[in-house]
Amino acid sequence: MTTFAPASAATTGRRSWWIVFATVLLALAFLFGAMIGPAGPAWWRVPLELLDRLPFVRVDSGASELQSTVLWQIRMPRVVLAGIVGAMLSLAGASFQGVFRNPLVDPYLLGVAAGAGLGATVVIVVNRATTQSWPVDPLPLAAFVGGLVAVLLTYLVGAAFGASRASATLVLAGVAVTSLATAIQTFMLQKNSEVVRQVYSWILGRLSTATWDDVRLVAPYVIVSGGVLLAHRRLLDVLRIGEDEAQSLGAPVDRIRLTVVVAATLGTSAVVSVSGLIGFVGIMVPHLIRFLAGASYRRLLPLSVLLGAAFLILADVPGRILSDPAETPIGVVTAFIGAPFFIVVLRSRQGVTR
Amino acid sequence: MTSLSFAGVSVAYEKATAVHPFTDTVRPGEWLCLIGPNGAGKSSLLRSVAGLVKYSGQILIDGTPLDLRSTRRRASLVAHVPQAPSIPDDMTAFEYVLLGRNPYVTYFGRETASDRDLVRNVLDRLDVAEFADRRLGTLSGGERQRIVIARALAQEAPILLLDEPTSALDIGHQQQALELVDRLRREHGLTVLSAMHDLTLAGLYSDRLALLHQGHCVSSGPAEHVLRAETLSEFYGVSVSVHRDPDGTVVVVPRRTMPLA
Repeated sequence: MTTFAPASAATTGRRSWWIVFATVLLALAFLFGAMIGPAGPAWWRVPLELLDRLPFVRVDSGASELQSTVLWQIRMPRVVLAGIVGAMLSLAGASFQGVFRNPLVDPYLLGVAAGAGLGATVVIVVNRATTQSWPVDPLPLAAFVGGLVAVLLTYLVGAAFGASRASATLVLAGVAVTSLATAIQTFMLQKNSEVVRQVYSWILGRLSTATWDDVRLVAPYVIVSGGVLLAHRRLLDVLRIGEDEAQSLGAPVDRIRLTVVVAATLGTSAVVSVSGLIGFVGIMVPHLIRFLAGASYRRLLPLSVLLGAAFLILADVPGRILSDPAETPIGVVTAFIGAPFFIVVLRSRQGVTR
Repeated sequence: MTSLSFAGVSVAYEKATAVHPFTDTVRPGEWLCLIGPNGAGKSSLLRSVAGLVKYSGQILIDGTPLDLRSTRRRASLVAHVPQAPSIPDDMTAFEYVLLGRNPYVTYFGRETASDRDLVRNVLDRLDVAEFADRRLGTLSGGERQRIVIARALAQEAPILLLDEPTSALDIGHQQQALELVDRLRREHGLTVLSAMHDLTLAGLYSDRLALLHQGHCVSSGPAEHVLRAETLSEFYGVSVSVHRDPDGTVVVVPRRTMPLA
């Protein structure tokens, strides 16, 4: 008979090893992202330049004033923002998969992004000129409300027609809600063609023109949403045995579900408002982690943050060089990787469930 | 040890009433087994105690109404082993049994080292320590059943509800599982309420049987009182012969309604 190491030792050991690996990968991705791109300092000067910014460290990187500005005002905000967006999208994806007990859902398939887009369109159409001067910019709020309405609608439709929220039904409900939101949006844009440009620049996102202001705009939402989601990682493990059994173990299922859905939607809507539509991150990254490090949400959620950030920083790099000097939108890059990935996942569903 | 009382408990779903007012008391340390045809209301009654369906009437644990307890407190008093537990294939046995500690962990809390020790202890006692790091998907039916019972045991609840604990097992594993429950009940002074289809096993392991039919309790008492050929044919619509072994075991044997050729 095989002998096994004591459970806790083996499990904890594996867990911390993965966290270290993911952290190192993120650091490398960050460095790589900062090195690549037009007009900055030579690539090998970038690490020196970064070192120089550390407190109590003085290094002469030899980069010119202009090159340094390109690095700090153009490249760095973009890399940081890509990291935040990637972390948030994978974390939200993993969390949605947990509350719906469905490995095929992600913020996009559930209609969150389309709903957020519709919410933003409504505000822009109603009159951006006046709303912009309000003390609080209602645009992110409208995106959040739109996203939340969409995901609740998807959930209700999926629950009404699918026996116990079967995977396929929920995804189909998401497709229907997305189509509806997109149709309403198209109709509104047709009636108000003067705002088309404004709306589309919002939808396509501003990752390629990211500034520190964008980082400051999303950071509070992402910190709140991310904190709430990470705090639920043990409870998401309890939910893996299903509503009834979780309930009989004393877990307040409805409260967990509502809190996680609201937090994940808040975070997604916030990042969508700066990054535009970036699909597949929320499904690809968590799946890969499940495959490599196991399906426990205690590991899955922190790893999703780290590896999601690393993934999107790296996915943003080809966009800068593929059609140099023009930019390939990052959503195009992730779709190119994500669509085939999704097909592979569908094929091997038996292997990775719940 | 803890008693479990039903005072006029009824369970109604949208379309039909599953359980008509049911009154009974499971004494501390007693094993009461609910029997009856499919749809008689056995599961509904168990689910009412587990807090999974709404009921009217009163369920009392040591005299205190169950609905006055918080969800977590209830889960520390009542452990429920469902008929078809959902077993996430890629969860390890240790992680699964650790879920049983949920009633003792606060909303945002984490299990303590003593929770983990207790789980290891439970796995040891059920002779499944060697499976701790195995994924549930790789275990056999009998092994899974023991892991599910281990989870219920990790809840440290004085009342154990078992819904068809043996329905998916072969005869050897059926016996093993029931022997295990019986042993644990004696060791820990558990009060057990179960629902079972196999009448002979039900009579063999429990102290008392309650026969439910269309939501009504039609007969209750020790096996030799409830398991009578006439009673069973009336409520199950079957033809059986009931034998009594010299050691007092009541054996229910189905009979062909058509004579053997």
